[in-house]
Amino acid sequence: MRLYLAVFALLAAVHCEELFNGDQVLRINAESEDQIQILKKLERDVDSGVSQPVDIRVPHSSLYAVKDFLKKNNIPFTVIINNVQERLVREREEMVRNAEMESKTKSFNFAAYHDLETIYNFMDTLANHSKLISKVKIGSTYENRSMYVLKFSTGGEKRPAIWIDAGIHAREWISHATAVWLADQIAKDFKENRAPVPSILSKMDIYLMIVANPDGYVFTHRSSNPLYRFWRKSRSATSNPKCHGVDLNRNWDAEFGGPGASDDPCAEDYRGPSAQSEIEVKNIAKFIMSHGNFKSFMTLHSYMQLLMYPYGYIGIDAPDQTELHDVATMSSKALNSWHGTVYKVGSIFHTIDQANGASVDWAYLRGIKYSFAFELRDTGKYGFLLPADQIVSTARETWFALRYIMKYVCDHPY
Amino acid sequence: MLCAHWSRLRRVSSRSCCATALRSTHSSTRLSSSPERIMKTFCSVWLLLSVVELSPAQEPPLPETAEDMASTGDLEPTHYPARRAAQVALHYLNTRHGSPFRVFGLQQVHKASAEDVEAGGRKYKLDFSVTDWASGSAGPALRCSADVLFPRTERHSAPDVKLRCEALQQINRTVQEEEAFYQKHIPPDSAVSARDIPDSYGNMSEEMQPFWRLARVAASFIMLRESSENTEFNMVQMASVTQQESSEEQLMLEFVVLLHDLPSQEIVQWKLLASWSPDRGVRVLQTEWQPRCPHATKPPN
Repeated sequence: MRLYLAVFALLAAVHCEELFNGDQVLRINAESEDQIQILKKLERDVDSGVSQPVDIRVPHSSLYAVKDFLKKNNIPFTVIINNVQERLVREREEMVRNAEMESKTKSFNFAAYHDLETIYNFMDTLANHSKLISKVKIGSTYENRSMYVLKFSTGGEKRPAIWIDAGIHAREWISHATAVWLADQIAKDFKENRAPVPSILSKMDIYLMIVANPDGYVFTHRSSNPLYRFWRKSRSATSNPKCHGVDLNRNWDAEFGGPGASDDPCAEDYRGPSAQSEIEVKNIAKFIMSHGNFKSFMTLHSYMQLLMYPYGYIGIDAPDQTELHDVATMSSKALNSWHGTVYKVGSIFHTIDQANGASVDWAYLRGIKYSFAFELRDTGKYGFLLPADQIVSTARETWFALRYIMKYVCDHPY
Repeated sequence: MLCAHWSRLRRVSSRSCCATALRSTHSSTRLSSSPERIMKTFCSVWLLLSVVELSPAQEPPLPETAEDMASTGDLEPTHYPARRAAQVALHYLNTRHGSPFRVFGLQQVHKASAEDVEAGGRKYKLDFSVTDWASGSAGPALRCSADVLFPRTERHSAPDVKLRCEALQQINRTVQEEEAFYQKHIPPDSAVSARDIPDSYGNMSEEMQPFWRLARVAASFIMLRESSENTEFNMVQMASVTQQESSEEQLMLEFVVLLHDLPSQEIVQWKLLASWSPDRGVRVLQTEWQPRCPHATKPPN
């Protein structure tokens, strides 16, 4: 059917259209060979068997006559499109938009690491060419850069939502690059009606924050000097004028102040002077709390190939330990099915180390049950300097894992 | 008792350069400059005072490292205590069998257990698999077993490793590449010099790969020596390589390597001088920790 209309639209475009105002498309369900013969008289191009319906466009001027004819011959029909012109215009507009977006995103090199400006432009491309995607500003950073999250939504009012963030640690470039690819893939899967994305988006919204620490990310691009490239934290001033930045994943209000973070401003895991002292963390926390309907919180990091769940601050099992472990295990299997990459599964505390003030703990303690932290490729061969030719395969296997979790969350409302 | 405080101290005092500075005192082979000595004295006094503050009167409210409070028994292979011990065994393996064309990485830990030993340390027994990173994803996995002993002494001392890998001799297929590489760079006019390998984007030329692997093997000596139950080191970049004049038919290379410690997330910089030849393998002659903290003195460059 869409193909039929697409042909219409193409013809219209090619022949610099006649107007189709008031025309209708009728779907005719011929019930016998005789009826088909009758139809062939009406429309020479009718190409149908008894079991297949045929759609014909009927000019406005002939509507009454045609309908009368069909009724007299007992041929059942339904009006598919009430005003062809309107529909054609909308279709054509969407095709042009899609073509633009496709050429812009097709020419976007997903197999490369991009700077902040390029990523922000890419986000604009997606948001401007798709009704599904909008760009939401949730605040500004310490150095006054905008913080954006991409919202994927088919409508509704504050639907239950899934949160995914990347780049909270600036040097973990594979996380930003993966998130860029994910944004494009979610849009593609929706447009091409690939399960489970359309069904997830019919009930839930997805929020994807590609760069959670823009100041840090820009800093890592300033020079190839290791002092810049291996920057992890934010870029705020601290009580020590010689040391900048707070570890944004130790600054959350989740058992802040424990031993799983440092109180030294010069340390890589400096927690900050107080919980949520960092504007970047405050912005995200405020957004999620005021939304109030998030059901899953996932954060992308690198490296070590781990899929982890709460707690980070303590070694006891979270109340949902069994379920979270099962979900994470199945998710890691899905990931493994793409390229054979092996991820280990466990709580943050036991798998990496004790961590206080971590975002995943914060989300879980706020009632967002399905909270997970990913450490992406690799296991140490290249570490933070993962070659760009691994971006797409890393992103795709991560997508397999995320898709599993999102479908699970969607199927297990709470 | 002191070891528990030491590990708590590392966290509370936050991996400051003071802690790392102290550990480098016994490994540096160069004369300390005056500001360095002052720094070290200051750090010692400061640490001493902190230790006094944390004397046994107080009990920590929660076991913050519940994992290594367990004294005996089986360890979960996917948890960090087993993995950290396996990494130490890996560093040892690479110091013995690494080359410009062979570097081993941990594939997975199959079984692990740990027990306290009488001399006051903890011994890990490990069963794990490794792969050769040089052979890419095509390489076979090697099965290894190791005993890793972390001593519990007041001043840090290197862990002790006993290691057995099956079929190690059978993968000796890199002899030709090693010879070719050696012959290419042993002549006196060879003066290789490079920075930032790989670069920010993970790029590394074919030509640089053997040097990068050599850096990693040489760095393994340092990583092995500096490891404890509270560290997990990995080399994240060869910041520079500068070929020195060959000596006794050995390739002489000065490296600056960047090591990443997973628990503290710190990037630690070491300069080292290493020799290599196909016959003698890798030897590390000098190491020097390079302070990256802003309030420490700049290293001579």
